[in-house]
Amino acid sequence: MKIAVCIKRVPDSEARIKVAADGKAIDETGVKFVLNPYDEYAVEEALKLKEGAGAGEVVVVSIGPDAAQETIRTALAMGADTGVLLKADAVGLDPLPVAKVLAAELKDGGYDLVLFGKMAIDDSSHGVGPMVAELLGLPCVSAVAHLEISDRTGKAEREIEGGVEVVEFGLPAVITADKGLNEPRYPALRGIMMAKKKPLEVKDAALEPGGIEVVRLSPPAERKAGRIVGEGPDAVSALVEALRNEAKVL
Amino acid sequence: MANVIAVLEQREGALKRVSHEALTAARGLADALGGEAHALIVGPAGIDAGDAATYGADKTFMAADDALRLYQADRYAQIAAAQVGAGDYAAVLVPATALGKDLAPRIAAKLGCPLAADVTSVTHEGGVVVTRPVFAGKANYTLRITAQRCVVSLRPNAVMPAEATRSPAVEAVAGASGDKAAVAKTLEIKQPERAAQDVAEAAVVVAGGRGLKDAESFKLIEDLADAVGGAVGASRAVVDAGWRPHAEQVGQTGKVVSPNLYFAIGISGAIQHLAGIRTAKTIVAVNKDPDAPIFKVADYGIVGDLFEIVPRLTEEIRRAKEG
Repeated sequence: MKIAVCIKRVPDSEARIKVAADGKAIDETGVKFVLNPYDEYAVEEALKLKEGAGAGEVVVVSIGPDAAQETIRTALAMGADTGVLLKADAVGLDPLPVAKVLAAELKDGGYDLVLFGKMAIDDSSHGVGPMVAELLGLPCVSAVAHLEISDRTGKAEREIEGGVEVVEFGLPAVITADKGLNEPRYPALRGIMMAKKKPLEVKDAALEPGGIEVVRLSPPAERKAGRIVGEGPDAVSALVEALRNEAKVL
Repeated sequence: MANVIAVLEQREGALKRVSHEALTAARGLADALGGEAHALIVGPAGIDAGDAATYGADKTFMAADDALRLYQADRYAQIAAAQVGAGDYAAVLVPATALGKDLAPRIAAKLGCPLAADVTSVTHEGGVVVTRPVFAGKANYTLRITAQRCVVSLRPNAVMPAEATRSPAVEAVAGASGDKAAVAKTLEIKQPERAAQDVAEAAVVVAGGRGLKDAESFKLIEDLADAVGGAVGASRAVVDAGWRPHAEQVGQTGKVVSPNLYFAIGISGAIQHLAGIRTAKTIVAVNKDPDAPIFKVADYGIVGDLFEIVPRLTEEIRRAKEG
């Protein structure tokens, strides 16, 4: 089974986000970048499927700056076989140009499965995976929390509001991974050492400019300061009173 | 003259509240553009199109077919793209639900146009302008669409549905057959054993964290949620520990919520959690540590032992509601 996993380098979820001087992007000074957490589930699922099949290849593909090589190495350290970096210093907020570059890269790769995280935790577009599927004419199930594949068909479950949708599909297919799909492994020291020697191809990405222009990036409105109503269970009455008559939310 | 079209979401043949929100946003944008607001309903036969007219649709297109009762991604996307392609539309609005987050990018890819996902407002200033929170609410983008056409998905609870009644005008459209090669088929929706509100859509959320010490203690959270008529939420720590399902997780790798009232019980307030609750209207925190970061964003706080405080709170709220 040949599997592609598309990953993204993003600021860590614990990072404090500051707006850069131009007011249009984040200030990356001192920000720690990581492999997008949802992509970890995608990498793990690819490795499990390959291990289950007893043979296969897992190729990790990313669009981003040179520094994204590090992110690809993380996935290689987890156990992926090879990496491809489609180099682009600036990736805009329109997901379609990104999807086009990925679709062109994946088109003739002979992949049985293309995996993504359900979204990147920086711009939260949920867009690139389903777009790539459309561009390649492949079936796609997004935000998958449970996946079974046997022979050339698969069954996926995805959480929707108040229920779980069950979807059947044939391979090749595109799947985007939600939390709960699996428990991603940590790269072992041996994996980290091996990852350094694994092939990582770097080529320039021909990204179109896209149809979205940044007017500004602003910090969120500060919440106005609240108050401690009191200590211990005796403060409960005052809280209920405030919720009823001051905030009027009860 | 450019128009706006909202692709509406139904469940069991009834339009969801998010559909009314999308229509309200579409009506507002259409008025700004001097065009018409249209609605597209994909689903089983018998859906009331009058409901769309009530929220401002000048015209409603219906792709009615009982085989479209569940979300069939390929067919839904094909129907929507064909309908948009046949008209003069500046924007396609889709609710940013589980369905819409899957459908919106497909429509954008078919039309070859940009997607602005999970926006909280959409207006017109020399082009379609949207605001969208990024980094789970740690910053907000204001974006201008430079293309002739765009797909916009709208975050639930971001727009208040407003009635703007038009006379119902309905036109039936063909329900596409789906690409032969690229077919995935939705078989069913499995309902949970206990019908629960979704944490992203609920008006009140009661969330618990590591302060509860174990999974069994979440009974306290469930009881309080029951008393206030809210949904149960959870911090990443307790989801990672396996105490609660991921569907309940609030924060950057869970759900971003905007309820009227949010209770954070035994949650210290990691930065990725605080980002996810920033737009809640009223936040109440109960925590034994007076220096916990959660108190910096909470409107009301009680410092102390949650095992003593929460049962009392549940009891007093029950009594207050009865009285």
